[in-house]
Amino acid sequence: MSNNRNVLGLIFSNMHDGTIPDLTKERTMGSVLFGGRYRLIDFPLSNMVNSGIDEVGVVTKSNYQSLLDHLGSGREWDLARKIGGLHLLPPFSHVQSGMYRGRLEALYGVFNFINYSNADYVVLSDCDVVTSIDFSKVIDQHIATGADITAVYAKDIINAEQAQHATVFSFNEEGRIVDVLLAPHISGAANISLNMFVLSKEFLKNIVLEAASKSLYSFEQAILQGRTREYKIMGYEHEGYFSKITSMETFYKANLDLLNLDNRNKLFPENRPVYTKVRDNPPVKFAIGASVKNSLIGDGCIIEGTVENCVLFRGVKIGKGAVVKNAILMQDTVIGSKCDINAVITDKNVTISDMRMLTGSQNYPLYIGKGAVI
Amino acid sequence: MYKTKKECVAMLLAGGQGSRLYALTHDMAKPAVPYGGKYRIIDFPLSNCVNSGIDTVGVLTQYQPLALHDYIGNGQPWDLDKLNGGAHCLPPYQTALGAEWYKGTANAIYQNIAFIDRYDPDYVVMLSGDHIYKMDYNKMLQFHKEKGAVATIAVQDVPLEEASRFGIMITDDDSNIIDFEEKPKNPRSTFASMGIYIFSWKELRQYLIDNENNPDEDKDFGKAIIPNMLKANEKMVAYMFEGYWKDVGTLDSLWEANMDLLNPNIPIDLYDPEWKMYSKNPIMPPQYIGPNAVIENSMVTDGCVVDGTVDFSVIYEGVTIEKGATVTDSIIMPGSVIKSGAVVEYAIVGENCVVGEGAQIGVRPEAVENRDDWGIAVVGHNITISENAKVLPKQIISENI
Repeated sequence: MSNNRNVLGLIFSNMHDGTIPDLTKERTMGSVLFGGRYRLIDFPLSNMVNSGIDEVGVVTKSNYQSLLDHLGSGREWDLARKIGGLHLLPPFSHVQSGMYRGRLEALYGVFNFINYSNADYVVLSDCDVVTSIDFSKVIDQHIATGADITAVYAKDIINAEQAQHATVFSFNEEGRIVDVLLAPHISGAANISLNMFVLSKEFLKNIVLEAASKSLYSFEQAILQGRTREYKIMGYEHEGYFSKITSMETFYKANLDLLNLDNRNKLFPENRPVYTKVRDNPPVKFAIGASVKNSLIGDGCIIEGTVENCVLFRGVKIGKGAVVKNAILMQDTVIGSKCDINAVITDKNVTISDMRMLTGSQNYPLYIGKGAVI
Repeated sequence: MYKTKKECVAMLLAGGQGSRLYALTHDMAKPAVPYGGKYRIIDFPLSNCVNSGIDTVGVLTQYQPLALHDYIGNGQPWDLDKLNGGAHCLPPYQTALGAEWYKGTANAIYQNIAFIDRYDPDYVVMLSGDHIYKMDYNKMLQFHKEKGAVATIAVQDVPLEEASRFGIMITDDDSNIIDFEEKPKNPRSTFASMGIYIFSWKELRQYLIDNENNPDEDKDFGKAIIPNMLKANEKMVAYMFEGYWKDVGTLDSLWEANMDLLNPNIPIDLYDPEWKMYSKNPIMPPQYIGPNAVIENSMVTDGCVVDGTVDFSVIYEGVTIEKGATVTDSIIMPGSVIKSGAVVEYAIVGENCVVGEGAQIGVRPEAVENRDDWGIAVVGHNITISENAKVLPKQIISENI
């Protein structure tokens, strides 16, 4: 960190699991696959590492086997450290902790971890927002404004469905949050929370202990909404490219958004790489007769057919004469020869036999579950 | 420090310059030269070691070792970051008696006797960083043990007309090596040495010491150690290997070895999950293939952005091929940019080059009147080719033009 600040990162892997129940049936929100070779947690984790944060706790709740497998010792994020590094924080880790109902309870469950850290500041982040952000600038602003809490937000235009998963802020002239709406019945332009917050460690400890004694569990309700006047809660506007995943439809769209080269370059700037688990796949093989347009393709794919407007994850195989359009095919999906596939999301290890035709629609992609054979 | 005994330790000779790769090895040793889209040549012997169950590898470096040391690091990409064993880079070093470069292959091993002795091995596998092949060294070791040999040399049966390019082993019916000829004019056998040896360490150790103490001898395996063992009637056997094996010591053979990956009839399969090739993976987003791209029969890897035409080519990580650019029968190494309207044919373009708009690198053999004038065009690393410039066949570019 530029000026010797000690910062602790805390990532909540299970918040928002319910927004895409199909994809989180056997995994956490953090371990949902995204963008051809990543899992959602790679984005907050890489953002923290790229912001100089070298001590990160991942607060998990349930379904975390795939998450643990993905993160391992944290080496791929350069977080396999003697000092600091990656800490996995499952529930039931001490007597008082258990299945938490909200962020405050989750924080109470890992209170000792926070307490023992040398950090002066804590950055909290969920896994539902895909973006590239420099947290050190958020912390700079947090210190400069003397805020109790700094909440990262973005200006966005949302529909009624997205609003159901949004926290919307209003500000006064100084940028202080004066009104907080949770899941409001609105649509249109709004300042939406990106579920990333900066607090000093001492302040965080105080609110967590107080909340525990009052049986409050929701950070959004009890703190952001309940203490708007009492605490100085400042907004930090994130102006970069982002996608907020609130449903299967937004997940689908967020993936396909990366086919815009401008978006891809903003999400993966050269000096702020996004780290992920290495799989040692060979390069992509384009066979004779392959035709690929406007697609994002992870390593290890073997393409013998036609692919347009798709995101193919690592190790996908497309058979001869198959035509695949507008699809998200996750790791090791196999599409047989002469298949006709449109607007489909396949989970990991799906096999589609030769000559099948599967069609979803752009606003309601057809989802095929992990390991299915069709 | 206490080290557990290892049955077999591998020593990988990676110090050679590879001078016949010219501009490509100007500032990196040959084993660090990129190959196959996301590998470097040294990934093949290293992955073979790991897949064969050999977890202790000494990598002998000397010529331009920076890229190589940086690449190997602590050996983690090959699972060779071990508490006991693992990958170790072994450059020449200073001793109380002075400092010496590695004077030859035998001297390089001699200077590292202490490294090998730490693991008290029964056998030592000697490898080089010059070849592309997938081989189970453990099978060769079993053969070495069954035969009770002091030295086992892996050989390939090559066509007679090519035999004079290799070290040739003359054997009896029971695989015993009875004679050995380096690049013979009139070969007496077609068994070519692959540069892969297994020695029983106790015996080899003594031959190395004797060789070092004899000022009249070359400090080289081919010129001294192997002939000395033959002379002494040691049990030496040839181990026949029938898979794909290619020396990538020349620009032509490096180009061919890349093209072999695109030929389904040539048995080098990087997609076999049973014999995975490991490498230091680039940290880059997946490749993006644009709306104007036409790609067939090619390999392209992470980080690339391709919106032009690519045919029969191997494109390494982080390469950009702009709309309207054409790359055929070529190799484009990591980080290079091929600008709009540029045409690259039958060429090798090194790392981090920029090929300007409308430039022409190489030509198809059919386009040349006299076939003797034709050959692969080569652009070295970190070179800018300006707009509309031309690089002729056989030309090797090592400065911006």
